[in-house]
Amino acid sequence: MKSRYSIFSLLRNALSYHEHWPQAWRSPEPKSSYDVVIVGAGGHGLATAYYLAKEHGITDVAVIERGWLGGGNTGRNTTIVRSNYLWDESAQLYEHALKLWEGLSRELNYNVMFSQRGVMNLAHNQHDLRELSRRINANRLNGVDSEFLSPDQVKRFCPVIDLRAGGRYPVLGASLQRRGGTARHDAVAWGYARAADARGVDIIQQCPVQGFKVESGRIRGVETAKGTIEARKVGIVVAGHSSVLAGMAGFRLPVTSLPLQALVSEPVKPVIDCVVMSGAVHAYISQSDKGELVIGAGVDKYVGYGQRGSLPVTEETLAAICELFPLFRRMRMLRNWGGIVDTCPDASPIISKTPVEGLYINCGWGTGGFKATPGSGWVFAHTIAKDEPHPLNAGFGLDRFTSGYLIDEHGAAAVAH
Amino acid sequence: MAKDFRLPEGGHIDRDRPLGFRFNGRAYKGFAGDTLASALLANGLHLVGRSFKYHRPRGIVSAGPEEPNAIVQVGLDPRTEPNIRATQLELVEGLIARSQHCWPSVEFDVGAINDKLSRLLPAGFYYKTFMWPSAFWMKYEHFIRQAAGLGKAPGARDPDSYDKTNAHCDVLVVGAGPAGLAAALAASRGGARVILAEQDGQMGGSLLSQPHETIDGKPALDWVADALIELGRNPEVRLLPRTNAFAYYDHNYLAMAERVTEHLEEKPGKLPRQRLWKVRAKQVVLATGAIERPLVFCDNDRPGIMLAGAYQTYLNRYAVRPGQRAVIFTNNDGAYGAALDLQRAGVTVAAIVDLRASPDGRFSEQAEAAGLPILTEHAIIGTQGTKRVNQVTVAPVSADGREITGPGEAIACDLVLSSGGWNPTVHLFSQSKGSLAWDERQGCFLPDRPAQATHAAGACNGAFGLASCLRQGQAAGIAAAAPADFEVKEAGELPQASDHDFLPARWTWLVPSDKPLGRRGKHFVDQQNDVTAADLKLALTEGYRSIEHIKRYTTTGMGTDQGKTGNVNAIGIVADELGLRLPEVGVTTFRPPYTPVTFGIFAGRDVDDLLDPIRKTPIHSWHESNGALFEDVGQWRRPWYYPRGSESQHEAVQREVWACRDSLGILDASTLGKIDIKGKDAAELLNRVYTNAWSKLEVGRCRYGLMLGEDGMVMDDGVTTRLGDDHYLMTTTTGNAASVLSHLEEWLQTEWPELEVFLTSVTEQFATVSLSGPNARRLLAELTNNIELSAGALPHMGVAQGTVAGIPARVFRISFTGECSFEINVPASYGLALWQAIVTAGEKYRITPYGTEAMHVLRAEKGYIIVGQETDGSVTPLDLGMDWIVSKTKDFIGKRSLNRSDMAKPDRKQLVGLLTEDPAEVLPEGAQLVDEVLARPPMPMIGHVTSSYMSPNLGRSIALALVKGGRARHGERLHASLADGKTITCEITGPVFLDPEGERLRG
Amino acid sequence: MLLITCPHCGPREETEFSYGGEAHIERPRQPDRMSDAEWADYLFMKSNTKGVFLERWLHSHGCRRWFNAARDTVTYEILAVYEIGTKPPALDPRDYV
Repeated sequence: MKSRYSIFSLLRNALSYHEHWPQAWRSPEPKSSYDVVIVGAGGHGLATAYYLAKEHGITDVAVIERGWLGGGNTGRNTTIVRSNYLWDESAQLYEHALKLWEGLSRELNYNVMFSQRGVMNLAHNQHDLRELSRRINANRLNGVDSEFLSPDQVKRFCPVIDLRAGGRYPVLGASLQRRGGTARHDAVAWGYARAADARGVDIIQQCPVQGFKVESGRIRGVETAKGTIEARKVGIVVAGHSSVLAGMAGFRLPVTSLPLQALVSEPVKPVIDCVVMSGAVHAYISQSDKGELVIGAGVDKYVGYGQRGSLPVTEETLAAICELFPLFRRMRMLRNWGGIVDTCPDASPIISKTPVEGLYINCGWGTGGFKATPGSGWVFAHTIAKDEPHPLNAGFGLDRFTSGYLIDEHGAAAVAH
Repeated sequence: MAKDFRLPEGGHIDRDRPLGFRFNGRAYKGFAGDTLASALLANGLHLVGRSFKYHRPRGIVSAGPEEPNAIVQVGLDPRTEPNIRATQLELVEGLIARSQHCWPSVEFDVGAINDKLSRLLPAGFYYKTFMWPSAFWMKYEHFIRQAAGLGKAPGARDPDSYDKTNAHCDVLVVGAGPAGLAAALAASRGGARVILAEQDGQMGGSLLSQPHETIDGKPALDWVADALIELGRNPEVRLLPRTNAFAYYDHNYLAMAERVTEHLEEKPGKLPRQRLWKVRAKQVVLATGAIERPLVFCDNDRPGIMLAGAYQTYLNRYAVRPGQRAVIFTNNDGAYGAALDLQRAGVTVAAIVDLRASPDGRFSEQAEAAGLPILTEHAIIGTQGTKRVNQVTVAPVSADGREITGPGEAIACDLVLSSGGWNPTVHLFSQSKGSLAWDERQGCFLPDRPAQATHAAGACNGAFGLASCLRQGQAAGIAAAAPADFEVKEAGELPQASDHDFLPARWTWLVPSDKPLGRRGKHFVDQQNDVTAADLKLALTEGYRSIEHIKRYTTTGMGTDQGKTGNVNAIGIVADELGLRLPEVGVTTFRPPYTPVTFGIFAGRDVDDLLDPIRKTPIHSWHESNGALFEDVGQWRRPWYYPRGSESQHEAVQREVWACRDSLGILDASTLGKIDIKGKDAAELLNRVYTNAWSKLEVGRCRYGLMLGEDGMVMDDGVTTRLGDDHYLMTTTTGNAASVLSHLEEWLQTEWPELEVFLTSVTEQFATVSLSGPNARRLLAELTNNIELSAGALPHMGVAQGTVAGIPARVFRISFTGECSFEINVPASYGLALWQAIVTAGEKYRITPYGTEAMHVLRAEKGYIIVGQETDGSVTPLDLGMDWIVSKTKDFIGKRSLNRSDMAKPDRKQLVGLLTEDPAEVLPEGAQLVDEVLARPPMPMIGHVTSSYMSPNLGRSIALALVKGGRARHGERLHASLADGKTITCEITGPVFLDPEGERLRG
Repeated sequence: MLLITCPHCGPREETEFSYGGEAHIERPRQPDRMSDAEWADYLFMKSNTKGVFLERWLHSHGCRRWFNAARDTVTYEILAVYEIGTKPPALDPRDYV
């Protein structure tokens, strides 16, 4: 790597007034052809390029981006990292990602501030408890750390929570993944960008894709605002625009793009250490290192590419937060924004070959893409390099929608009897 | 002497109402009409806070919502609030505020060590370090977290209430300065329904700070007063002071936060603290004004350095004179107006330092004529003074504004006023998705193309002179009323006023100093987050070129002020570095809220029990008075079990279950969804939505049905009864009642409009009481004289109508327990009476009310599934072994999906029963099953336990499970590997444990 | 929050409505004659258009009737509403990339 970051380099550069830091990444013009072009310089796309270079020795790679790198969902999510998924396929994929997270700052030589302060999922009724138990058991047998907390233990782990929660949604228990936590989202994109760039990957920003060059069913390149870029293989990783890009390549996806919003409060001194999630009242919350409460809201239910959410969703989310944390009612919302999530019918991603030979797609992460970033890039790089999925993502192909082998992470959303 | 800071007369404060308040533990006095900031300045206090990163002493910079520094902790727990802008906080008697983010005090703050170490803490330093050893990040982070944050969150439940209200209007005017008032007047004169929202407690906007302005020859504030009288008298106009229009959503929907009682000494108990206004406006006029930009010069952050316009506000509106000897630093004509005001107030103007070569403009000429010392083509290149500025150094600057061309000269002062031009408040316009355009002449981003029915007027639209504001305001009012169908015929004469703006100006984004940037002193761009021009330059050096990258890397504009003063300066500095024009760099996205908004108003009254409706059956009161414990099922609150005396849950449930099989149980089943289906094609609808056939169901008979999604997965189940030729009653599970009705309606309306069927939800019209057990028929017979109950007359899956306990009733012979059961439907209002009659009559059979838990055990003994427990959206009828109910001949929703390749795989998870080796051991629900227990994970799982109970009737535990290929494995053993390391071995069986022939059921 | 004009009730707040996704997807008459791939296409594949999108809404807290709308999924403008079973009005596509 061209220049290692460390306390020593910081001291050294302080002596020269920080005037000589090298660029974190170059801003090159695109070459006329590459072995592999990755469309989309979000966390997943940059990670894919990085692992193509590192794991597969493929360094003749360009990552092209319509805007600025990390400017989509990577820079808009609530940064939760966990791997306590129900189904084997998901648990193994996310757990692989989590293991990569655990060494990521060192690996990238960029502090992504991955902080394992624990992720708690609350149960508010008997049905929740049953599902929680099922998931905890499945997690443990999949090698994913997961434990049950009684209400008392919940209170000890997160003292600001109100177990009675106004009486409407009392907390009956929780699952806890201690290895879960949060990371600094921008740093993930920047860290991967810098590390990929150091391995020779060209990151080309402000370069929208206008079409794909396909000859007799095989990908030949990408048409961009900066001209045609030839490529042997092309990977699409464009959360929020997967259907649009797939459409350019001539196929459809089982994806719906929905607005998802999040918000932060003004910064305050540490008050909540872990991540708290509640499915029943649609809210999740953590506190950033800067001190802001970071709150994830629900999706608007209609197709939307507007990168903005609507007021009713904010109202619903903050009502839930005020219920679980009545002492936050006087806190104030500082910033509220939206992203576009590409959702699949089974709430699981697609990491797959496509009907076009040499064209691969990685999409459909819904609200859960950030936590998978390293693992997603890792398996997608494998899929592209080998022209076949890794066992970890074999279950996440487009073909599952034909066979019916869905990985339905909605779980038992229905409450019946 | 405090008096020195308050002018003897003038201002819009009420000198007859002195108010006491405390700041950092000391008592002070102010007046009604003060903000905390003006009261502090009136007491000679400038140092009010410490900055986020370097803990530098900071004073009051502004007089409005843009304040980056003067943010304080207000009140005591549980009513404490962090990060309150002192510049907007109206003073009330007894107010308590303190500086935050400093220890032990704002005067002496140990965190200030960071300022000494600042060379080690450039933008993004944390990305480059704290990585070794990797296990230590969490330890480093602990200290980082403690050091970050500003104020403190409240420590207890908020005792105050919040409210929400919806409003519709023809024209919403945001901002009650001259433009907003003119717009509201014009629109209302045409008859339009107008809402005028103003963030300040007083209407008038900039005119409150400009006593010399006149309108139609009279003091401008007289015009304001007249306007408010006229608007106040108009019943179609609503005036909303203290209301922050903070978000502009799609389709002209705006959210506004009103401070209802905070400014009141006596707070009427019934009023909420704050209120959320949700306004749908046909047209919106944005008259949101403009915010002054500071100049970015070396060490521009000391207490006593403030915006020129803010100073005029303190002087003219609050009659405060926060200094004796001032230096004014400007790049435009407007600040000369402040200099003239200073002189009039008796403050010594030590120098006007002007970046321009030859000042001209109205105020410059007046200042020159008044003999004020003016230094043209000069810059402030440094300041001195730790807790209050006491000296500036000025030096000549080159024509291009980039270099210092001569030696510096020190000027003593206790006040520095800076003006770098104005930023129109385009936040809401931008939130509405309107585009912005750079105006080079005025040096600001202005509204360009609106995306909605939006009109911008006044300073937020680039009209900085009063006459232009009034003209634009009136025109916007007329233009907004017209499409709302109100033609303004009599807008009134255009008010006459002078029209002077702050131009001419020259735009210098970064004021040079005598040392290279970052070598000595700091040029602050974002004062709250301590982002300097050197930080911006560092980001560029490191390749962070997009303004969004720069913002995120340096955190400029991400403080509680959201960069209201700093953002355009940051863009200007970046543009200069990159050799681009400002619009080429672009603006970062304006995001709601305009200023921070309390969480509580989004919840409003929807807190505690009102967060979500609780649905209760008509019999609920009986359950409560008879000691039931409840469980939540969807929104319903259902009896879970009825403990007697000191019974444990287990004991109570065992007793209830046993009673049902032994004698008689009674269940409140009113929560089951009920859909009344009428029409000649009703049977055809059922054929299409259920897996089984319905054409041959006779009147008076019931049938169980399984409903799938089009993906082939089980969605719901229930019994449907044919009540008449074209009349059916469908029941659904409790939780799915609404979604099943929607599902049916959707298919009917969108795919099968040719079917003549009408659906009505009747869930709440009927109470349902289920009697179950060997004595059910006997008891029921005692309560009816017009329903024949014999097995021949009312067989299993039959229905009869008549009266029960004198109440008109439908009696269904259907069973979810496997016992002879009757479900009695009566009009909801009779539900409690029926229940009580049955319970009284049933005493001789020891009738036992049972709850959902006993119901679960009873049905599990029979192997009946519960949708949502045995199914999870990934289970087909075939997986449940319910092929018998899936028609081979007709089509139905979901059928085709059952024939996909994966559905036929032998290793799909299938419903089975499980019997533990130790009959006393109950498998935990949710336990995962393995063929072989390995020493450590991962362990391949082959299924999981969906339901598990101790069965008193079988005298042992039973469980239902979904197991891969389970149907072919009856008799085999597998293991539940539990979280505590324990293993429970069990045998796979069929899922029916009791009375597989159904003799009890039919008996 | 959108203001949606129900063809039967007039303009109402978005919160009164439920969303039904893409319009004009007809259920195949003879599903059993379709290949798994064709069935998957009907069942799961979406146009998910960025631009003018024809979609279904239900006035669930009003007249409880379904109708179609043409909406720009970028600007969220509702360009037309029309009844189920009728043809969409002719609208110019809007190209967003």
